[in-house]
Amino acid sequence: MDTKRTTFNNRLLPYLLLAPQLAITLVFFIWPAAQAVKSSFEREDPFGFSTVFVGLTHYRQLFADPNYLDALWRTAVFAVSVTVLSMMLGLAFAAAVDRLARSAKVYTTLLVWPYAVAPVVAGVLWWFLFNTSTGLLPFFLERLGIRWDHDLNGTHAMILIIIAAAWKQISYNFLFFLAGLQSVPQSLIEAAAIDGSGPVRRFFTISLPLLSPTTFFLFIINVNYTMFDTFPIVDATTGGGPAQATTTLVYKVYQDGYVGLNIGSSSAQSVLLMLIVMLLTFVQFRFVERRVQY
Amino acid sequence: MVENRPFLTFLTHAFLILGFLMVALPVYVAIVASTHDVSTLMSGPVPLLPGSHLIENYSTILTSAAAAHGLPNYSHMALNSLIMALAITIGKISISILSAFAIVYFRFPFRLLAFWIIFVTLMLPVEVRIMPTYKIVADLGMLNSWAGLTVPLIASATATFLFRQFFMTVPDELLEAARVDGAGPMKFFRDILLPLSRTNIGALCVILFIYGWVQYLWPLLVTTDPGYYTLMMGMKRMVTVQDGVIEWQLVMAGSVLAMLPPILVVVFMQRLFIRGLTETEK
Repeated sequence: MDTKRTTFNNRLLPYLLLAPQLAITLVFFIWPAAQAVKSSFEREDPFGFSTVFVGLTHYRQLFADPNYLDALWRTAVFAVSVTVLSMMLGLAFAAAVDRLARSAKVYTTLLVWPYAVAPVVAGVLWWFLFNTSTGLLPFFLERLGIRWDHDLNGTHAMILIIIAAAWKQISYNFLFFLAGLQSVPQSLIEAAAIDGSGPVRRFFTISLPLLSPTTFFLFIINVNYTMFDTFPIVDATTGGGPAQATTTLVYKVYQDGYVGLNIGSSSAQSVLLMLIVMLLTFVQFRFVERRVQY
Repeated sequence: MVENRPFLTFLTHAFLILGFLMVALPVYVAIVASTHDVSTLMSGPVPLLPGSHLIENYSTILTSAAAAHGLPNYSHMALNSLIMALAITIGKISISILSAFAIVYFRFPFRLLAFWIIFVTLMLPVEVRIMPTYKIVADLGMLNSWAGLTVPLIASATATFLFRQFFMTVPDELLEAARVDGAGPMKFFRDILLPLSRTNIGALCVILFIYGWVQYLWPLLVTTDPGYYTLMMGMKRMVTVQDGVIEWQLVMAGSVLAMLPPILVVVFMQRLFIRGLTETEK
């Protein structure tokens, strides 16, 4: 990693400049992470007087626990659904806005603000909209013959958090897709138009392939978002229920550790989550290198 | 525009307007619901037009109502949210710009190690290390304090990378000229680097203000004293009532208050917002 051609040659100053950032990182990030790794291999007695090294026991228990495997599968379904839904809507809006010249700015303003809505607020707004007694949507669903009840029906609860989480993320995807579309060379579009291909065909044969780096980047970012930033949506609305139907991996770490005080298992779950984030970050950064090239 | 297709343009507008209505629906319903009284809301689906209880509901939550849930007034919680968001924004920007300055403009032992330590924070979001982080903050006696609420959140790899990337594009000649004129590192930082970074700082401010404002899990863990509750905690307490009915008109009024400030920031500082979003890439 490079510095400037010329640099300052103070000895102590750079350490002083880095000190606050490094201190916070070591105390509040690296130390707790190391603690999580350590206690995932230990069992503490109920009074906290002694700890015993238990090796991989917690991990083995997790992978034998149907609840954990369910949460793993559910998180995957949740992440992929939110990602696909919000990316498709973001792309559709971006493609539409990209077609318009004068009104593009107005529509951009109309579509970006949900990014600023807090996840917990987004969750509560949709929860209210789907509320079985006062909500607007169950009233219409009833006419279609669907009895909406996310308090009892796990699938309904899952759909609810998918919609709330995807809604918030549309604007992010929209902005990145719009930036991507605007950097597609106009000459390619014109050449294709002269050769007689219409807007729809141009979109699928020129714009979409050229957007693939953006698409891949957004896929990773969205999966990351859905896995880690949607905790407030689950916590304030479904509370992981009914019957664990919306308990995601992060929610389970919180439930087992902070609420249930099962430190060993919660730590092992933390470590597994760290591995997932590392994998996602690795893929993202490997890819960002290539991303600028096209 | 490559070709003129009026019908397609019409369809595009129709699609976008429909899309906007769909995206805005939950917020519209929240605003409408915050203007009705509880009996209207309990007797069937939400009306689609505003009612007459707007002033009543908002003045209730701003001055007293939340007390029934053991909550401070919304004005108090809004102030807490503002303090937290500003402290996180200023803290993150200050420590990140200093570390980026050190990494780019100095050569010293363990420079690469420092860089990697900062990088690692990307892989350790609070959500994956809830218990041990809570324990450290508790051991340091930082529960229920402003320091506990903000300091653990201000380490930032993305902001550091953004400043590092920007500093790499600052011409070397500026540094050489400054050195010839006898400027030390801090003078160079203050008089040259800082003014040049203005736009980047502005863009980061917008993104980080939103980040700080919407924090949920961390305040939930470290504050049990209602005096430190932010608007997000208020939301949670208002909707998790053990017995009785949720007072939707107040919850919705609270939601509107909780989302208004960051939405206004995004709408009015859209250029900086988009810049900040696309350049920090996370």
